[in-house]
Amino acid sequence: MSDITTLSATEIAAAVRGGTLSAAAVTDAFLARIAAVDPQVGAFLTVTADAARNAAAAVDAKIAAGIDPGKLAGVPIAIKDNMCTLGVATTCASKILDGFIPPYDATVITRLQDAGAVIIGKTNLDEFAMGSSSENSALGVTRNPWDLSKVPGGSSGGSAAAVAARLVPISLGSDTGGSIRQPAAFCGTLGLKPTYGRVSRFGLVAFASSLDQIGPFANTVDDIALAMEVLSGHDPKDSTSLPIDAPELVNESNGDIKGLRVGIPDEYFAEGISEPVRAAVMQVVDKLVELGAVVTHISMPHTEYTLPAYYIVAPAEASSNLARYDGVRYGNRAPKTLSHSDLAEKTREQGFGAEVKRRILIGTYALSAGYYDAFYHKAMQVRTLIQQDFIKAFEHVDVLITPTTPTTAFGIGEKSDDPLAMKLSDICTLSANLAGVPGISIPAGFDDAGLPFGVQLLGPALSEAMLLKVSRSYLDATHWNEQAPEL
Amino acid sequence: MALSPDEVRKVGSLARLALTDDEVEHLTPQLNDLLSQFERLQAVDTTGVPAMSHSVPVKAFLREDVIVPSLPRAVVLAMGPEVDELLGGFVVPQVLAGDA
Repeated sequence: MSDITTLSATEIAAAVRGGTLSAAAVTDAFLARIAAVDPQVGAFLTVTADAARNAAAAVDAKIAAGIDPGKLAGVPIAIKDNMCTLGVATTCASKILDGFIPPYDATVITRLQDAGAVIIGKTNLDEFAMGSSSENSALGVTRNPWDLSKVPGGSSGGSAAAVAARLVPISLGSDTGGSIRQPAAFCGTLGLKPTYGRVSRFGLVAFASSLDQIGPFANTVDDIALAMEVLSGHDPKDSTSLPIDAPELVNESNGDIKGLRVGIPDEYFAEGISEPVRAAVMQVVDKLVELGAVVTHISMPHTEYTLPAYYIVAPAEASSNLARYDGVRYGNRAPKTLSHSDLAEKTREQGFGAEVKRRILIGTYALSAGYYDAFYHKAMQVRTLIQQDFIKAFEHVDVLITPTTPTTAFGIGEKSDDPLAMKLSDICTLSANLAGVPGISIPAGFDDAGLPFGVQLLGPALSEAMLLKVSRSYLDATHWNEQAPEL
Repeated sequence: MALSPDEVRKVGSLARLALTDDEVEHLTPQLNDLLSQFERLQAVDTTGVPAMSHSVPVKAFLREDVIVPSLPRAVVLAMGPEVDELLGGFVVPQVLAGDA
């Protein structure tokens, strides 16, 4: 049965809907692969085998009754463990949520289930999605499937590793400053951060609400398109959900890219970008030109202010969002406390890890009396300038191409006690969140050590179909996405 | 612009984090590393530039004034680390100062 796990989600759904493959057989095949391979990788925090088998049986029962189970019929999907799942522990990889069993599903979970998908488990992450290596998890280590001594990236490292290791054909991540695209690059998968507001955030545990966005990992463009058709669309439960329907991505992302205007923003190739990564991006540029694209260099002058602006805005929002963890309504509680504030201080002190504390402190400081104007207000103004850079760029080009990360995957432990060095690995991805535009990381070959390169494509708001079209053209010509690690 | 250990402790208190002395010692230089990055923003001319809190214009909207079901109280209380099921509430230590 091992060949089932090499099928794409698109192939699985077609076979299940066509009655040539049962959802039960698909689920069993992936559960067997997870049992065999995940002890090395550590992608999953929870495998929901029984619930997955029940969901698969329900899909098969629909097929038997002549009812179409939906676009993702029988497709096993892994969920980053910061999205609420009814009756299944949701930890955010934090001790402070120990024992938390959500009483409701995130909207994305409901949408996947309504489309016939089979939720197979919850994946590891940096605590509360804060980090770039998944090493900030309080619950376990996730390893890069291409080299088990390297990090998978983060914060959605478990979801990226699960797709790269073919433990699932599709997984969900969340991206606040690169947390889908950066691990996708490190693990050699595709990872899409949709336009802000495209996918409902209801039930996603909030980190920085104006930046957070849920998106898919997969190994094919078709699977990303299929997932996005199911995930997208207005949700009245999310006040920032855009009032537009899900796009027709599977069909609209077909076609050639003749005449497509590709922009190279020179500022993204400045200090810190390794020479092999720069060369990998240029190879993609050459291939796109071969396929008919037209390339121009452009300038995005506020790029150098992205890191400081981001590390004020995101922690400021986080410090407010994470105020809710006070040991009263859910999760862990410090024992033997004397007062309500003592309870909150001790619960938070014991429950949060170092990176979460750093960001809460920075955010609290940036919002405190006397510093609000110098920090937070200034950062919000610079955010406007960064977005204007994008708006001006897209007057001249259709898509921007940049590295996803300055280097390929780094070693476990290499940067874990240097928070600033860790943050620099997100330097190319932060701007899309500040500007709200969609971005995708696609696999673009391997370095001398056999680690995957990722290249980032950025487009204007709501241009997911175009991003997928460019990705498809490149990957159809190179097939980098078909490479799988040996595990 | 650099934070002293005492200032880190004070910010910790504002953030409801009872930091240990070891943590304060470890965190202070790390926070100052990040703060030094922020100073670069002061070089940007933002005169007349509007502040952006959201990347897409979001307008608060009102839903139809129709009663929809909420989570049952028992389900919500089941999540609490310490609850009084009889009274139907979460149990917290003393909130107001005074004799316990």
